[in-house]
This record gives sequence, C-alpha cells and structure tokens, in this order.
Amino acid sequence: MATKLLPKELAKRPDRLSPGHRLCAGCGASIIVRQMLAAIDEPVVLSNATGCLEVATTIYPYTAWRVPWIHNAFENAASTISGVEAAYRSMVRQGKIPEQDVKFIAFGGDGGTYDIGLQALSGAVERGHQFLYVCYDNGAYMNTGIQRSSATPLGAHTTTSPAGKVIPGKQQFRKDLTAIMAAHGIPYVAQAAPSQWRDLMKKTRKAVNCGGPAFMNVLSSCNRGWRHGTDETVEITQLAVDTCYWPLYEVEEGVWRLTYKPREKLPVEEWLKRQGRFRHLFRPENRHLIDRLQEEVDRRWERLLRLCGEA
Amino acid sequence: MSKFEALAGNEAVATAMRQINPDVVAAYPITPQTSTVQTFANYVADGLVDTEFVTVESEHSAMSACVGASAAGARVMTATSANGLALMWEIVYIAASTRCPIVMGLVNRALSGPINIHCDHSDVMGMRDSGWIILFSENGQEAYDNLIQAVRIAEHPDVLLPVAVCQDGFITSHGMERVEIYEDADVRAFVGEYRPQWSLLDLEHPKTYGPLDFYDYYYEHKRQQVEAMQHAHRVIQEVAEAFNRTFDRDYGLFEPYRLEDAEVAVVVANSTAGTAKVVVDRLREEGLKVGLLKPRVFRPFPAEELAEALAHLKAVAVMDRSISFGAMGNAGPLFLELAAALALRGVRMPMADYVYGLGGRDILPREIESVYRDMLRVAETGQVERMVTYLSVR
Ligand SMILES: Cc1ncc(C[n+]2csc(CCOP(=O)(O)OP(=O)(O)O)c2C)c(N)n1
Ligand SMILES: [Mg+2]
Repeated sequence: MATKLLPKELAKRPDRLSPGHRLCAGCGASIIVRQMLAAIDEPVVLSNATGCLEVATTIYPYTAWRVPWIHNAFENAASTISGVEAAYRSMVRQGKIPEQDVKFIAFGGDGGTYDIGLQALSGAVERGHQFLYVCYDNGAYMNTGIQRSSATPLGAHTTTSPAGKVIPGKQQFRKDLTAIMAAHGIPYVAQAAPSQWRDLMKKTRKAVNCGGPAFMNVLSSCNRGWRHGTDETVEITQLAVDTCYWPLYEVEEGVWRLTYKPREKLPVEEWLKRQGRFRHLFRPENRHLIDRLQEEVDRRWERLLRLCGEA
Repeated sequence: MSKFEALAGNEAVATAMRQINPDVVAAYPITPQTSTVQTFANYVADGLVDTEFVTVESEHSAMSACVGASAAGARVMTATSANGLALMWEIVYIAASTRCPIVMGLVNRALSGPINIHCDHSDVMGMRDSGWIILFSENGQEAYDNLIQAVRIAEHPDVLLPVAVCQDGFITSHGMERVEIYEDADVRAFVGEYRPQWSLLDLEHPKTYGPLDFYDYYYEHKRQQVEAMQHAHRVIQEVAEAFNRTFDRDYGLFEPYRLEDAEVAVVVANSTAGTAKVVVDRLREEGLKVGLLKPRVFRPFPAEELAEALAHLKAVAVMDRSISFGAMGNAGPLFLELAAALALRGVRMPMADYVYGLGGRDILPREIESVYRDMLRVAETGQVERMVTYLSVR
C-alpha cells in the first residue's frame, strides 16, 4: 500500500534530502525535491544537472543525499540517467543484479533543461527510458548569478537582461517547455508548483508509475533572483498559479487535464508586484510590458483551456 | 580454436565488442567509425549480445550515458571519431576523473575545420591530457587485440581509468585484412567478469557521484588520477603479458622493428608503421642500418623505456599525423614529447619531425624512404637542417 499523502503519515519517513545542505533559506528547489521524494515509496536513483541544487547539496566530502545520486555536467542530467537506467535494465536482464521497482529521476534547473540540456532531454525521452525528468524552474541561471534563460518571464530583470535606460529587462516570453515535452507524446507530462503540495505529490506518483518517460515542470522560486522575502516562496509561487502565469495541469497519454482552476483568475500584476525583478515595469513608460505579458498569459491560458476541454 | 577471417578494422573491433559482450554501449554514428556501431547493432538485433544499446542523439550524450552506466556498475563501451570526440570533450574529462573504466574505439579522423572525413591524428591528440589511457593500433588485428586488453586495463582496481583504442580512419577501419579471431569463450575468460566496487545501483549503500570539489580536495583527486596513470604503466604490461601467453602475441609498450642494430630510426604510430616496415626492409637490403619504433601506449607515455630503446641511435625522426599549432616549431605532439623524454634522460641525438598525411593525404613508401635518407645524412653530419618538415605539402 502506498503511503497516504497525509502530513502525519509523510512526516514519519526520513527525508531523502537531509537537512544541513547549503541551499539558501526559502529556496524553492529543496521544498520541491523533498515533497516529490516523499511521495515515492520505492527506492530512487537520482541524477542532477549542474546548478544550485547540485552545488549546494554535495560539497565534498559532504553530501546531503541519502539516496544514490549522480552529477555529471550541466546539460546532461537526462542522458546520464538514461545510461544509469540502461545499465540497470541490462544487468537485471542478465541476472547480475536483482530486479526492484527502482524509480530513476533526473533533476535540472530551467537553464539545464529549457536551454543547454533540451537536446539531451528530448533524446532521452524519445528513446523511451523509464525515468522522470523534473525541471525546477526558477526562471534564470541562479547558480551563476541570475542570468536570463529561456524560462525567464518577459520584462524580468536579470544580470544579462538588466532593466536599463533603453531596454527594460527581458524582451521575450518564456518558452513553453511543458508543451514541448507533451509534443513528444510520452505517457506523462505535468506542470506543478510547491504551493500545491498534494497536487505535486500526486503528479509525482503518476509520473513515476506511468511506465515510460515522464516530465514534470515545477515552478520554483529564488528569492535572490526574484527579489522577495525568504518566507514568501510558497505564497508567491501560488500567485503564479492563481494569475495563470503557471497553470497546473497534466497530459496523461495525450489527454490534457487541468488539475487546478483558480476560483478567480488574478491579474498577472498581482504576481509581478511582489517581486523586485519586475519593479521597473511599474514605471509609467514600461506599463505596456505588463499589458503584453497579461495578453500572452491570457492567450496561453485560453489555449490550455481548449486543450483541456474546458473552453 | 581461433580462426582467420577477412575483416575490416571496424568489423574486427565490433567482433571484439560482441565477444566482450558489454552491459551497455552508447554511441552515435560518425564516419569512419560508423560501421563499428552498425555491425554491433546487428549483433544486438540478432540477440548475439546482452548489451543494452543506447542510441543517443549526440556524442555528448553518448559519453554522458556511458558515465551514468559505468557509475551504475556496468561494463560500458562506445566508439567515435574526430568531431564526435570533440563534442564529447567535456565528458571525456569527467569520465576519467569519475574513474569510469569505459572503453572507446577511436577511429582517427581529421578534426574540422575544414570538415574532412579522412585519417589523421588531430582528434586523439586533443585528448592527450584528459586522463584517458590511449593505445595505438597498426591494423585490424591490433585494434581487435587492444580492445580486448583495454577492458582488463581499464577495470583493474589499481587503474579504473577509461581507455581509447585508436586505429586509422579508412586505412585500417575500412581496409579488409586477415584477422585472427579467438574463441568467444577464450575472450570472455580473458576479460573476466567486471566487479564494480562502488555501484550507484547498490541501493543499500547510497553513493554520491560527482560532488562539487573545491580547493581543499580537488587537487588530491587529481593526484589520485596521476597515481592511477602510474599504475596503468605496470598494468598495461601485465595485461599484455597475460594476453601474449594466452593468444600467442607479442605486445608491449611499443614495438621495435629491426631497431636493435639500427643507427637511424623512425618513430611512427598506427597504420603508417606498417608501410614503414616495408621501407625498412628495402633499405636494409641496401645494407643501410635503419629501424623503426612503433608506439603502442601513448598514455601513459613510456618515456623511460622509449629513451632506453632509442639511446643507441645516431639520429631519430618522428612522424606526426597532426600539428600542435604554435608549439615549438609548430611541430607534432609525438615529436615534442619524445624529444623532451630523450633530452631529460640525457639521450642526446639529432632529431627531426615529419608531419604527414593530414586530412587523409596518402603517405607513400618513397616519402618514408626520403625521411630515412634525410636521417642517414643527419647521422653522418650530426646536423639537423630542418627541425620540422611538412612532408609532401604543396
Ligand atoms: C557547459 C557549461 N556551461 C556553463 C556552465 C555554468 N553554469 C553552471 S550552473 C549554471 C546555471 C544553472 O541554471 P539553472 O539550470 O537554471 O539552475 P539554477 O542554478 O537556477 O538552480 C551555469 C550557467 C556549466 N557548468 N557548464
Ligand atoms: Mg534556474
């Protein structure tokens, strides 16, 4: 029997990512990883792309991981885990190691996933390895000091898309990676957020039990990059959900389904105004950027509703 | 009983891979390596191996998957050439420093640009500081034999380093030759079972692979890689001895050919050594005291033994199939390293470098003969007129 997704039950189990790691206070990544790994009763083997999660959890000779874990490089968490999984299947088939219901999971940041690791991810899921790839999307290259990625929202200030006198922050919308992964036709794709922990954990369970490659895009937050208080992570990710900047949905065997519909869809401003990285957008001359972002959020939301049969 | 087959070098390598029966192969096509993995794919499709064949979407992912599989305790192989190796680069270093005993068939091809698919050694020379063991092969037989030995060298507990087995693109990779293929059972017995000590799949004893490693430990880990290389020097010879006994061969760190009483010698690796042997025989008929040294082990570089083997000569020419741009005299890497090895061991003699065959340019016996005749003159006068010559360049 799977452990019930109740705080009382889940709290009984030791964390697979132990305390004492060096992620910043309020970092979304560790919340996501702990929630997701707590949802899985089976043994796990992890790979991790270079990025904040990796550097902060394994500073030799210490490790915060109580489960098998491998870091190889920045862009290859997916190909690395595909090798691990292939080794497992080969050796089980030959009777060299016992068969167990091991769950293979790769964690990568948005930089390691949307950008430099996209090819490796696409290849690994196309090949059909049984693994879950989790992108914890904090919307920039945080580990190297908050540079823009293709996940950075329009208008956001980063150190390579600074809000300057002429150019007011990032000029492009976020790439819709979740849809790209859904287009691969793999058994399970989902978008989630740590603020909706039960939804996140349920999706994790579905993902690791879908019998094929799975992908989850999980909104994270970096209070250093987003410029908010360390105690606001959960609240602000929930605002991204309630403004429909980050809708929660899943694509199971090609069927799109909304897993959460905000009772009242908030204006995207409500999410923007809580973060220092968007502060310059509230100057009168940049107002049009908020409008553009709102239009795009609406367009994507409408499209999602249609895909989910809700429109 | 072994048997003789007419095989191209790549088929010989694929045959060794079939006999070794690795747990995982991750590879990507590139000329002139492709026929290795194609042949191997047939073995997989026909159920002749137990291998999980990971048909990755790039060489970067090939080496990445190899590292993952090796960390998971599998016996792992791959094959590539030139641009494929270049795309792997980042992970080539990581494979060595993660101490993954991966074995790679490297079919030497000119590195772009301009793009070219034919043989030279610019690809392998770039990986010489990466921490891989590097073996050269004159022909398909040697590529086959080296690949079998590579598994035992790589997996030796005192070594645990990846090994690249080189052969010349097209010249031997596609050249059909007579190759002695040993019994499957004998090859399997020779390579034995791989017993990984620190498997990622040992779920009871979780391991962290590839942590962040700063100034307080990184240096010591590099030092451990040095020690592994030092051990490899011994292990390569032990494995060669065992191989020679089992299969009646004569492998060592390098192959001397009519070198003992020679006054002048050429040092040249891979297929050109075969051509050079013919030239040596011809010149010997004229009564000229010429010989050859064919390097087999390039990493770890057997400086001591090379210096000893060449010490009695009056002049030595190195033939390099690549250029180390901007290095002393824009010479080739083999020359530079050998010159240093001899000089630092007090072996003083006139030396010259002959760069040849770039981008697959043919190297003819008469050109090699001209090198010998140059060196015979040098031996007489004691004077090197030109340190680096680009043979037959227009
Ligand atoms: C090939 C390569 N290019 C660049 C880097 C430098 N680098 C390390 S982590 C990182 C950014 C990581 O960003 P992301 O994947 O979003 O993860 P985060 O740090 O935000 O959690 C970069 C650019 C690298 N390690 N390797
Ligand atoms: Mg990021």
